[in-house]
Amino acid sequence: MRTKFLAAAAALLLAGSISAAVAADKLKVGFIYLGPVGDLGWTYQHELARQALVKEFGDKIETTYLENVPEGPDAERAIEQLVRAGNKLIFTTSFGYMDPTLKVAKKYPNVHFEHATGYKRDKNMSTYSARWYQGRYIQGQIAAKMSKAGVLGYIGSFPIPEVISGIDATMLGAQSINPNIKVKIIWVNTWFDPGKEADAAKALLDQGADIIMQHTDSPAAMQIAAERGKFAFGQDSEMIKFGPKAQLTSILDTWAPYYIARVKAELDGTWKEENIWGGLDSKMFEMAPYTNMPDDVKKMAEETQAAITAGKLHPFKCPVVGQDGKDVECKGGDRLDDAQILGMNFYVKGIDDKMPGK
Amino acid sequence: MELVEAIILSVLAASTPLLIAATGELVTERSGVLNLGVEGMMIVGAACGFGGAWLTGSIFLGALCGIAAGALLSLIFALMTLGLAVNQVATGLALTILGVGLSGLIGAGFVGQRITTAPHLHIPGLTDIPFVGRILFGEDAFVYLSLALIIGVWWFLYRTRAGLILRACGDNHVSAHALGYPVLRIRLFAVMFGGACAGLAGAYLPLAYTPFFIPGMTAGRGWIALALVVFASWRPTRLVAGAYLFGAVTILQLHAQGAGVGIPSQVMSALPYLATIIVLVLVSRARTGGSTAPAALGTVFVPDR
Amino acid sequence: MQLVLEKRAERSATIALVSPLIAIALTIVTMSILFAILGKNPIAALGVYFIDPLTDSYSLQEIAVKATPLVMIAVGLSLCYLANAWNIGAEGQFLIGAVAGSWIAVKTQGTEAGHWVLPAMLLLGALAGALYALIPAICKVRFGASEILVSLMLVYVAELFLDYLVRGPWRDPAGFNFPTTAEFDAVAIVPVLVEGGRLHLGSIIALLVVAAASVLLGRTIKGFEIRVVGAAPRAARFGGFNANQLILLTFAISGALAGLAGIIEVAGPIGHLQPGISPGYGFTAIIVAFLGRLNPIGILIAGLFLALTFIGGEQAQIAMKIPLDVTKVFQGILLFYVLACDSLILYRFRLISRQAAHGTG
Repeated sequence: MRTKFLAAAAALLLAGSISAAVAADKLKVGFIYLGPVGDLGWTYQHELARQALVKEFGDKIETTYLENVPEGPDAERAIEQLVRAGNKLIFTTSFGYMDPTLKVAKKYPNVHFEHATGYKRDKNMSTYSARWYQGRYIQGQIAAKMSKAGVLGYIGSFPIPEVISGIDATMLGAQSINPNIKVKIIWVNTWFDPGKEADAAKALLDQGADIIMQHTDSPAAMQIAAERGKFAFGQDSEMIKFGPKAQLTSILDTWAPYYIARVKAELDGTWKEENIWGGLDSKMFEMAPYTNMPDDVKKMAEETQAAITAGKLHPFKCPVVGQDGKDVECKGGDRLDDAQILGMNFYVKGIDDKMPGK
Repeated sequence: MELVEAIILSVLAASTPLLIAATGELVTERSGVLNLGVEGMMIVGAACGFGGAWLTGSIFLGALCGIAAGALLSLIFALMTLGLAVNQVATGLALTILGVGLSGLIGAGFVGQRITTAPHLHIPGLTDIPFVGRILFGEDAFVYLSLALIIGVWWFLYRTRAGLILRACGDNHVSAHALGYPVLRIRLFAVMFGGACAGLAGAYLPLAYTPFFIPGMTAGRGWIALALVVFASWRPTRLVAGAYLFGAVTILQLHAQGAGVGIPSQVMSALPYLATIIVLVLVSRARTGGSTAPAALGTVFVPDR
Repeated sequence: MQLVLEKRAERSATIALVSPLIAIALTIVTMSILFAILGKNPIAALGVYFIDPLTDSYSLQEIAVKATPLVMIAVGLSLCYLANAWNIGAEGQFLIGAVAGSWIAVKTQGTEAGHWVLPAMLLLGALAGALYALIPAICKVRFGASEILVSLMLVYVAELFLDYLVRGPWRDPAGFNFPTTAEFDAVAIVPVLVEGGRLHLGSIIALLVVAAASVLLGRTIKGFEIRVVGAAPRAARFGGFNANQLILLTFAISGALAGLAGIIEVAGPIGHLQPGISPGYGFTAIIVAFLGRLNPIGILIAGLFLALTFIGGEQAQIAMKIPLDVTKVFQGILLFYVLACDSLILYRFRLISRQAAHGTG
């Protein structure tokens, strides 16, 4: 009897120490990228954050990434391959990975998934995104101050809510400085095509816009603006290299703090499903230093940024007037609520173009 | 007027890679060889061209690298189709896939770097003439080169004996061979010329259009160049018109959006392709005056004795 | 002395058997060199690419899932290529088939529609693909326009059309305006064969297609006509075979198969319609067709092999950080070697004196 008990205790101790040893094994963290890590834009910023993770956690984690994964059935397999390779926390960095991530998440309840810019979640699947529209509002204000022609040029990728809310926030910011500001919008139907983006920038400038904003991923437009001596805003990454005298600021995706927090939670065992939509206060994105502008404009931008960060200023505060001249229903009290912004499919007053697809 | 001038400048720039690549392919096809690998050769030209320019600091050397890369890739194609009599369609497609993959591997180290783009001509006095000044005298070297190239090719094909022989190879290689002309060697030169042009056209993109290299930056221009050759009925004069027409459609489509024209953007984006189909059909119908393809285009030729 | 290529009196049977093996061997050698240049252990890399995916049931299923559209499309393309009709637009036909079949799924969404939905979707997808493929075929037959370029241009048109539909009229109203339809109802989904995996009915259909094509080409008059019209056009004319009709027929069949593959892919592994439903299947299938030497069984093997390289390439990215571009290079090189070795079936090299090479001295 005693020997059996001792044997059992020894076995338990052994098991305990083994599992402790196993727990001391590295945590494997996986990433699925839509584009090449060198795209100088969206994927590049995720990659920078991944490198920050490696620096922060050193030997405690092992990271892997798959780049150029198309959205579709290949994505599902890529995610599952990461799971089968032992990754326990997986970041899928594009909206189009939403359903594939969900399917794999249902299959592997013990693996945790983080999906960027989506809206479907599960017990082991979080979503995360950033309130870039806040940055757009600031950019709109700067643009209105810096534009001599009173016409902004906007290079849009696809007319999805994230882009539309960016355009609207820009206009609202600009209108707060110059109520008569105008915008020209060109849809290039791609996230990434330097040639097309350059052409679009040229077309906008030729048609009289003198500030370029983009919701596409390459530095081509910045380059064109620099060539023509005009100003532009970068997107996703620092693009000042391509327009030292042209870049006013850039919305920088800085995923590192969020990624570090999530990996830490995973290591501590406190990871749970979240729906994070981080604003400036969360540091999930930052504004690149305000450059190439007079001091008073810089001061205004910094003040707006501080106000938004502190929650005192909301870009979509009511009343928001739609293109049809009517007030948009205000579901968030004194501002549009998150669902309205996430699903934004209307232009605000002051934009003359018709929205594509309507 | 300013806007029109600006549009013309944009169109010239956008059309130049199309013109250069299509010129090369025109010579290749005139000799009787169909090389579908233009996209692959262009993108490798872009990667090598940018790499060369970045490593040496010279746009000219970069362009040479692009040309060499395109020519080398076309050499593989030539060995297969001329040396081993392999099916040209399959080989061309394999070349495209290989080229896209290779360019990704070669270019990986250069992503994120930038260079200074090719300078534009500036002749004091001439360049400053309103409207035509910049269009005629303010372009970068590639634009002038593209025009010189197509004029040179026209002169070669229609005013020299060598060009006549080349055209003969494309129209009837059996007769050309019977007359004692080295059909395979002529085709080899034509194919490599096509490759060199494709490489140069690809290099134009990171050297003059947008000063950085991104994988996949040719974005299908090689296929459009192929369509252009047919569009032009294999004649150099029509090729120039076609290239600028295509460039114009792509640029104007963007301008129309900026001006608030409310047609769905997908329809606008589809216009160049639909236009190509329509023109292909029209051109093929009008079989008068030698507007047809070189009769021996794409067929295998193995000289018998 | 000079090396010349000359046509053999008749096809060399030994080379026909051996050439794929030589090609694969050459490819492996070239890839090993490439891996070494990239600083990766060639043996390990080859193992991850080719051996590892075969060792567990998940990867095997994924190979079948990936190969299904490739094989289906490639079989159709092989019919065209045998008849010397160059269908390069299979990608567009794939998309149009997906769109057409999805139309039924979208229209019957939420209704208590019966089990007729899925077969109807597949049928409509095939029909739409066939009609879309007839456009370049008719342009060729009626106007003499290059079917290569017309079918290629139509690919771009199809992509834009799909994009328009999922961003506009067919967009899921509950989808926060993202460009995708709602998830298809259960009756509109292609059933999975093995619980827990992704192997689905489409793979069975692909096998049936391979079998049907074998029968068509090997045992029917039409199959014979198709083969002759491509290999010996003049003989075909004398035999009364109508080349134009065969162009239309082969394009229609290949369009139907591509369209069928499209709707199966959407109603199977994907489950809804969205802009990115094909990572270039229509073009990869062209490689598969040639690797399989335009023969249905060969295409089946080639399709599985190519799917293996895709899966292996992804695993190599994870396990050895080998860039995905290497897979493209591999596929291009493999095709080159296969084509080169295959040419030796019809031709051979001979060393002869210069005089003999140029006819009379």
